[in-house]
Amino acid sequence: MHSASKIAAILCGLAVIAPAAARAATRVDPQDFETIERGRYLTVVGDCAACHTLVSSGHQFAGGRPVETPFGTLLSPNITPDPETGIGAWTDDEFVNALTKGTGRQGTRLYPAMPYTYMTKVSREDALAIRAYLNTVPAVRNDVKTNQLPFPFNMRWVMAVWDALFFKAAPFEPVHDKSPEWNRGAYLAEGLAHCGLCHTPKNFLGADTGQKLKGYALQGWFAPDITNDQRRGLGGWSVDDIAQYLKTGHNRTSAATGLMSETVSLSTSHMTDADLRAIATYFKDQAGQQKDQKETRADPKDATMTMGKNIYADECSGCHTPNGKGTPDMFPSVNGSPVVQQTDPTTMLRVVLRGARSVGTDGAPTAPAMPAFGWYLNDDQVAAVVTYVRNAWGNSAPPVDAGDVAKARKDFIQRSD
Amino acid sequence: MNPSRREFLASTAVALFIVPDIARAAIVKGGLPWKPGAGDPPTPVRPGPWLYFTADEAAAVEALVDRLIPPDPQTPGGKESGCAVFIDRQLAGPQGRYEGRYMSGPFQKGTKQQGDQTPTTPAEHYRQALAALDRACRQKFNGKPFAQLADNDKDEVIKGLEDGSFKLEGTDGNDFFKALLKDTQNGFFADPIYGGNKDMVGWKMIGFPGTHYDYREWVERHNERVTLPTVSIASHPNWSQ
Amino acid sequence: MAHKLPAKDVVVIGLGWTGSILSYELADAGLDVVALERGPWRDTATSFPISYAQDELRFRIQHDMFLRPAQSTVTFRNNRSQTALPVRHLGAFMLGNGAGGGGLHWNAETWRFLPSDFVLRTHLTQRYGANFLPSDMTIQDWGITWDEIEPHYDKFEYLCGTSGTAGNLNGNIQQGGNPFEGPRSRPYPTPAQKQPFSHTLYAKAASELGYKPFPQPSGNLSEAYTNPLGVKLGQCTYCGYCEWFGCANYSKASPQTTVLPALVRKPHFEARTECEVTRINLDSSRKRATGVTYVDTSGTEWEQPADLVILCAFQLFNVQLLLLSGIGQPYDPNTGEGHVGRNFTHQTMSGVIGFFDKDKYNFNPFVASGSIGMCIDEFNGDNFDHGPLGFVGGGYLGQVQTNGRPIETTPLPPDTPAWGAKWKQAQRDNYLSAVTATSGCHASMYSYRENYFDLDPTYKDRFGRPLLRMTMDFHENELKMSAYLTDKFAEIVQHMGARQVVKHYRKGPYDVTAYQTSHLCGGAIMGTDPKSSTINKYLQSWDVPNLFVQGATAFPQNAGYNPTGTVGALAYWSAAAIRSQYLKNPGPLVHA
Repeated sequence: MHSASKIAAILCGLAVIAPAAARAATRVDPQDFETIERGRYLTVVGDCAACHTLVSSGHQFAGGRPVETPFGTLLSPNITPDPETGIGAWTDDEFVNALTKGTGRQGTRLYPAMPYTYMTKVSREDALAIRAYLNTVPAVRNDVKTNQLPFPFNMRWVMAVWDALFFKAAPFEPVHDKSPEWNRGAYLAEGLAHCGLCHTPKNFLGADTGQKLKGYALQGWFAPDITNDQRRGLGGWSVDDIAQYLKTGHNRTSAATGLMSETVSLSTSHMTDADLRAIATYFKDQAGQQKDQKETRADPKDATMTMGKNIYADECSGCHTPNGKGTPDMFPSVNGSPVVQQTDPTTMLRVVLRGARSVGTDGAPTAPAMPAFGWYLNDDQVAAVVTYVRNAWGNSAPPVDAGDVAKARKDFIQRSD
Repeated sequence: MNPSRREFLASTAVALFIVPDIARAAIVKGGLPWKPGAGDPPTPVRPGPWLYFTADEAAAVEALVDRLIPPDPQTPGGKESGCAVFIDRQLAGPQGRYEGRYMSGPFQKGTKQQGDQTPTTPAEHYRQALAALDRACRQKFNGKPFAQLADNDKDEVIKGLEDGSFKLEGTDGNDFFKALLKDTQNGFFADPIYGGNKDMVGWKMIGFPGTHYDYREWVERHNERVTLPTVSIASHPNWSQ
Repeated sequence: MAHKLPAKDVVVIGLGWTGSILSYELADAGLDVVALERGPWRDTATSFPISYAQDELRFRIQHDMFLRPAQSTVTFRNNRSQTALPVRHLGAFMLGNGAGGGGLHWNAETWRFLPSDFVLRTHLTQRYGANFLPSDMTIQDWGITWDEIEPHYDKFEYLCGTSGTAGNLNGNIQQGGNPFEGPRSRPYPTPAQKQPFSHTLYAKAASELGYKPFPQPSGNLSEAYTNPLGVKLGQCTYCGYCEWFGCANYSKASPQTTVLPALVRKPHFEARTECEVTRINLDSSRKRATGVTYVDTSGTEWEQPADLVILCAFQLFNVQLLLLSGIGQPYDPNTGEGHVGRNFTHQTMSGVIGFFDKDKYNFNPFVASGSIGMCIDEFNGDNFDHGPLGFVGGGYLGQVQTNGRPIETTPLPPDTPAWGAKWKQAQRDNYLSAVTATSGCHASMYSYRENYFDLDPTYKDRFGRPLLRMTMDFHENELKMSAYLTDKFAEIVQHMGARQVVKHYRKGPYDVTAYQTSHLCGGAIMGTDPKSSTINKYLQSWDVPNLFVQGATAFPQNAGYNPTGTVGALAYWSAAAIRSQYLKNPGPLVHA
């Protein structure tokens, strides 16, 4: 109701700015509600607002939001139809090229913080639908100096080299022996939804490695393995589990927090059930890690494990229950949990030290939170309880020591999220 | 290479912000607020010098709490279990100043049912009463302050305070006895984080296992002694190697 | 001069149980709702997390979660011949503060009143004759019937996920439940909690004596539960830190665990905390509220205009705000005229402690929850013949041992010295083997002409507003009733096998320092006659129809049960009337 009336209002507004927008909107009929509505949905799938809206400004898609990269911070550009500071004057081709090829208007190169490495899979038709929708949002004059990077990364031509090394513009190619559902999932996950941007390991220049969707540390979190890996990935989750998680942020074993909490809140919780199931189907078909059982794990007889077990009994079992299974849709299961068993313990350390709010959605509004234990447990104790949980009840993951905890504390303290 | 999502979280899920129109209201809207690391944990009492008591006062209070809760072979007394430290830290803090209490006048003595109407804070009360106690003891016991009395004389004095027969100059000895007894026993049974109940001796004495949060496995184990180790906010003996 | 804010459809004063429910219901009806809460926002993981929630000194003894009397309090006297003095330190009752209000620190004992409780004067007069009641007893009918309120009890229980065993399902008496309860339309949403040793022993003794024990209906949940708002609660862990505390694992029903997560997602809802409403504003006709004035923590005064004002503060402060705002005729005990301030009631609590042989009995009193317990209802309300007894009223008798916290719950035999070696030994000998019912005999208090509120002539709050003055004493009817119940309770405890039974009768005068419960009721009561009631059956002010007054303020007298179930039911009942009737046609819902 609310958004429909808003769109109607925006459509009326469009007539006023028609002279400027006319050229840009040539290929899309501004009264083609279906295309515009599809475009709106696709911007949700692409989570465009996450980067292109600085919420405190109150202006949707007007850019200016700082985007942290390993090489420095960028500011997201204005993608409203403002002809001078936004993309109102861009041709459709320019728009499609920016989205799918990472090229700016005068042939400049975009930085891959704009995930054109994924968006390259977006069909021209979908790209134009997105364009059609963006044409209907209020034009905001906001001249963003996007490039805030230090030398040498501030030189855009560097990106040409990067692209030559790591980027190949290639539209999505359906895999013919897979189901239409699988292909829809692959199209979204590998493309517009850009799941790998967080979940795929990167090389030293920030480009995806071949370890597709096998987990990556960023911004003080570890985006876990979302392949079908039995221990660290989604092997223990059904298609329904994954779809429910994406829809509500919660399922029978897990809860979204941290960066994923925003993704669920802004993007996946608004996606159709069919698309979520398609994405889940695709994830379930991604092969997991091979070297599973060879990993170092803590010795259950170790004194650290006993200490961790005692801490767990006193502080954790009230919610996560003595057998670690928690309460479905409420307290995450730490027994068999992929998040718990990631090789990189960053997320677990962060949640234990600083606490975490799980996401609240219409489907699961409770949003229970984990209290912070950083003030309470010392580094040895955190290491012990984390190591215990990572290796109790058949869990298996490398032990964590006090030094890891100290380092994590130092890193987290600088993060305000 | 990913957006910093901090601000977004801060403005969608969390809304503890200041709107120019509403100067000092915390506004909650859109989602439940969240701040990482947020909480209001208790400040642990640190060992060290007295924060409120003078040396003489401390000597008297240590002697008093050790008669109210005398040591025995199984359990330490009030002094060793930290009751005097507990009272000292309480008096030095908000409780000693009657923070939060309604302190507007007129002050007027009412009925018992109307409750305490004194304008004197606990910190002032202890100061007056302890001085008066030592004065009264010196008068009665050849110049000796309370702390230097023999145990049976100490007990006589305390009994006198309890039944009102041992008077204090300028303050009500029975009121002091009641406050002291309550504070001593509170210290003996409060979480050790506040300075008393050292090593959870008070809890171990009665069989209270402390701050466990999960007795689901015990609720239907009727007439069976709970065997969990005693734990508190301040100390978990089995949390170290 | 207050700064004027943009108008809202609804302003809700206070964000406890009733404020949360009314806010949700009205925001759900599409209205623009702002809730103003005097205290801070409170949330499980940051306000009372598992690492320090179990702090008896801080939360129980030093009242950490409660309203500081320095911010506001009341004055008290037993009768009009005395000078009322301020309650400088909370004692007989606790005043919640902050989001969740009393719903955060309650035990979560979630009872329904008896059908006859709602028509009390009619019922007692018909059964015993008008002369049976003391002449100064001012009990009234509520103006609603069981059939009207039952669906709303049901709604509140399903909001909370209440754990219990039905005793009367649509008129069919159920094994194991309370056979005296009014017919309920559905079973409890979750099964009863598990019971520790002293409770099952009590139930066995009660059965052997011919009573019908049943588990107390509990808002500490026996299992995880998702309520109709989609909000989920966890399973109670029997930690023994419940009442006076916030629940650290989301297993006690409270606004935090049942309503607030869904409420804050409502696009047209906003809560402003640390904002104290100082007055409800009226237009020049005095028949319409224009909104409220409040003060934030900077001391700045704001005016919040609204079309509808919902008063959801604690009972005392509901009455105080009405009196300070000049709404309704103040009650005059000399003439019995007026209504704001009349029929102030509390509860009549008494108990029994059983001391058992320590070599044979170990009760582990710390394995508990705030509303765990086994009860009998044979002596509640008018479930028994009062004719030969010479009093009216009653209560449930419950072995409701909610904790074994050592400062508060270390009962000692009466001949024990207060200190010294014998005190120490008695502590060792009795802690695990004594049975102390926290609720025990939980009995009614009926209303009297001389138990009332008005504004204090001397003592002021921090804004210079007069404090509310309570004039309150126990009456012979209640003390007689309480003594009868205490003896009955003692017989059961004796039958459990106690070697020593100590009765703690409730004795007068009413004492503001001795904790009973926080069940303060009345002062702005509901009824059918605007001369003797402040609000109509829908909790709508007779005088100012765009003002609704929620909470136990509405009770014409207090029954022998914990009031929150009824408070929640009335809130849903009132909200339904606003949604289905008032919004369509704003104005009086009852024409007197």
